[in-house]
Amino acid sequence: MAEAILRVFRGSREGGQPADYRVPLVPGMVVLDALHSIQAHQAPDLAVRWNCKAGKCGSCSAEVNGRPRLTCKTRMDSLPLDQPVTIFPMKAFPLIKDLVTDVSWNYKVNRKIPPFQPRPGVEWNMDQRDVDRVQEFRKCIECFLCQNVCHVLRDHAKQEQFGGPRFFVRVAGLEMHPLDGVSRTRLLKDELGIGLCNITKCCTEVCPEDIHITDNAIIPLKERVVDEFYDPLLMLVRKIRGATTP
Amino acid sequence: MNAKYETHEHDVLIIGAGGAGLRAAIEALAQGARVGVVCKSLLGKAHTVMAEGGIAAAMCNVDEADDWRTHFRDTMRGGKFLNNWRMAQLHAQEAPDRVRELEQWGALFDRTESGDILQRAFGGHTFKRLCHVGDRTGLEMIRTLQDRGVHQGIDVYMECTVTRLLKDGDRIAGAFAYWREQGRFVVFKANSIIIATGGIGKAWKITSNSWEYTGDGMALAYDAGAELMDMEFVQFHPTGMVWPPGVQGILVTEAVRGEGGTLKNKNGERFMERYDPKKMELSTRDVVARAIYTEVREGRGTEHGGAFLDISHKPAEYVKRKLPSMYHQFLELADVDITKGPMEVGPTCHYVMGGIRVEAETAQASIPGLFAAGEAAAGLHGANRLGGNSLSDLLVFGRRAGLAAALHAKKAGTPAIDGAQIEQAERELLAPFDRAEGESPYQIHHDLQNIMQNLVGIFRTEQDLRSALTEIEKLKARSARMRVEGSRLFNPGWHLSRDIQCMLAVSEACTHAALARRESRGAHSRLDYPKLDDAWGRKNNVIRKKGDTMELFEKPVPEMPDDLKQILAEDK
Repeated sequence: MAEAILRVFRGSREGGQPADYRVPLVPGMVVLDALHSIQAHQAPDLAVRWNCKAGKCGSCSAEVNGRPRLTCKTRMDSLPLDQPVTIFPMKAFPLIKDLVTDVSWNYKVNRKIPPFQPRPGVEWNMDQRDVDRVQEFRKCIECFLCQNVCHVLRDHAKQEQFGGPRFFVRVAGLEMHPLDGVSRTRLLKDELGIGLCNITKCCTEVCPEDIHITDNAIIPLKERVVDEFYDPLLMLVRKIRGATTP
Repeated sequence: MNAKYETHEHDVLIIGAGGAGLRAAIEALAQGARVGVVCKSLLGKAHTVMAEGGIAAAMCNVDEADDWRTHFRDTMRGGKFLNNWRMAQLHAQEAPDRVRELEQWGALFDRTESGDILQRAFGGHTFKRLCHVGDRTGLEMIRTLQDRGVHQGIDVYMECTVTRLLKDGDRIAGAFAYWREQGRFVVFKANSIIIATGGIGKAWKITSNSWEYTGDGMALAYDAGAELMDMEFVQFHPTGMVWPPGVQGILVTEAVRGEGGTLKNKNGERFMERYDPKKMELSTRDVVARAIYTEVREGRGTEHGGAFLDISHKPAEYVKRKLPSMYHQFLELADVDITKGPMEVGPTCHYVMGGIRVEAETAQASIPGLFAAGEAAAGLHGANRLGGNSLSDLLVFGRRAGLAAALHAKKAGTPAIDGAQIEQAERELLAPFDRAEGESPYQIHHDLQNIMQNLVGIFRTEQDLRSALTEIEKLKARSARMRVEGSRLFNPGWHLSRDIQCMLAVSEACTHAALARRESRGAHSRLDYPKLDDAWGRKNNVIRKKGDTMELFEKPVPEMPDDLKQILAEDK
């Protein structure tokens, strides 16, 4: 039977190194299946997160041959198998063990974002076209691969000042909700640091849901921030009136 | 109490963070309770996230003739009248409000021409009734609930597994758990506990369920003395992926059929004509699953042992818009473009109608302070669940459980925690580390899955069920000698060693109940008793713990009031 070699990172915060495992191939096998096979037959304590195994929950993110992927959607037959397949944990998050990282920071960021609040006296009636516009952002399965590749987080570790692509998508899904009545522009500018993003589009490239994170979420949100806080005409008007910026 | 354990105190502790758990949490919080939610995975990853087709609620946005009575009747008929009538009534009456509430919390549903929530057809529903968001309704629902809950102030304990309910005399006092990350132990004190842990599907080999669905909540409740009911009724969803082997069991939403998908065998026959000529592909799940299984068994299956499900007669753009995740799933995992050709599908273990026996109004189990909602609870769905009735179940009874649990918590005095119970729970958990030799939990799980798949599947016989019980006994003995390697730091082998105990308990309960019910009804099909039996239609199988053995007894199905009988008698 054909085999593949998986080179899987094994270790914890105290350190670690990759270990090689030979795994028999099955038609249609995905990387997550191969990891499960290792657990069942070779390394029962190999730490892996997963749930749905169908690309719907976003639990099984890892770096496969250096590319951030959902392991449940990465077919073994899509990878070159004449050399070991390397599987490493997401680099932008603190390691817990093996392929499992501490993603709790994301949940803290989410808590800063004011939830949906309807405009006063709103009628619960919407046009499908308005709904369609925002559905793209709501497809996000929170795999955090976009957070993992964002250089503001991965290389510059600006977790304190920056929300990351996932939460710009989240804000876009709320801000562009046809009936939402809250402004999150100041939050974007001050708390989520959207200005730090210099639109390299790394996030968009890795999104397993094909959300156009940069073009459809981040850039329009940046424009809103600019319109509200940096519009020269508005600034002049405010200065004359002696009003403070909102 | 022993100070060596991390301890948290809540009025209401909820185990499970899917739709039922989160809806319960929001309600209990609204009642002023201090609420904690414990879940085995990260928040937002529970099975609800995978629900595709929609939420059944008689909103009448598409079919004005619909109303709660028709929804009630469809649910009772689908469940072959074994349902708890009061639960079915409350569910049908309250579901529309629960959907509107979700919308007011920010959920965005697909719309009708006039801007209302759009509803689609589904198996067993007389009218177009399922409120949906393409084929990712569950994702929209769980995100909405999790954000609502978090911003209202629930405490969430993620990646934490409860292994024992603690009692103070007869009443609930709390729970003992371990953190999956570090393997440390934690004690929760609580006046009320709500079990919202979902199902048991991971005990079968071909399943749509994730690693979490190991029957924990039912096993915890059973161990604590609560009653389980209707455990013989396990739903095999008719359409799971069958090829390639790596993806076997992954769900193919019923919405494919709801949107007009047809089922054919290898000879090109629309075989549902022979099983349910009136409803065809939109017959109930039990009927469609048996039909596909029978076609395959009689040699008319596809190359890989399934049936063809085809939606390619619809415009490609329509398919991509209404079934986007199915489109991607087949393209990426099976190299099939569903806008151009058929999918190969076959039954996959999906849902258990049975669970913890609860009061209809309050979701309270047979132990004071213990509640259950969602898939973990029994009663609403009877012998077979209709598609779309699960998400509405989570909302309706999640809310009711949260309300009743909060009220109970206010009345009940602070319970005492018994250190001996905690120490015993700790010893049981750590025992597999202490053994120098022993079997891997993965091997035992593998064997259990084969036994349940082969002997307690879609069609059952006395002989198979008796062998299953013998085999489960052997597995129980083997599981007492399991060995776990490695440390307590995020160790899936260790986690599985605990989950296996739960799976063994629910598998045994399922098999006992299946053996006792000598008839075929809904999802329970006995080859040796192929007919409905009216006498069995008047009783539920109930299971409880007696000493170290499982005791099974029958309970009469509650008598329905005349006005509801009248509704069932009306034919539409």
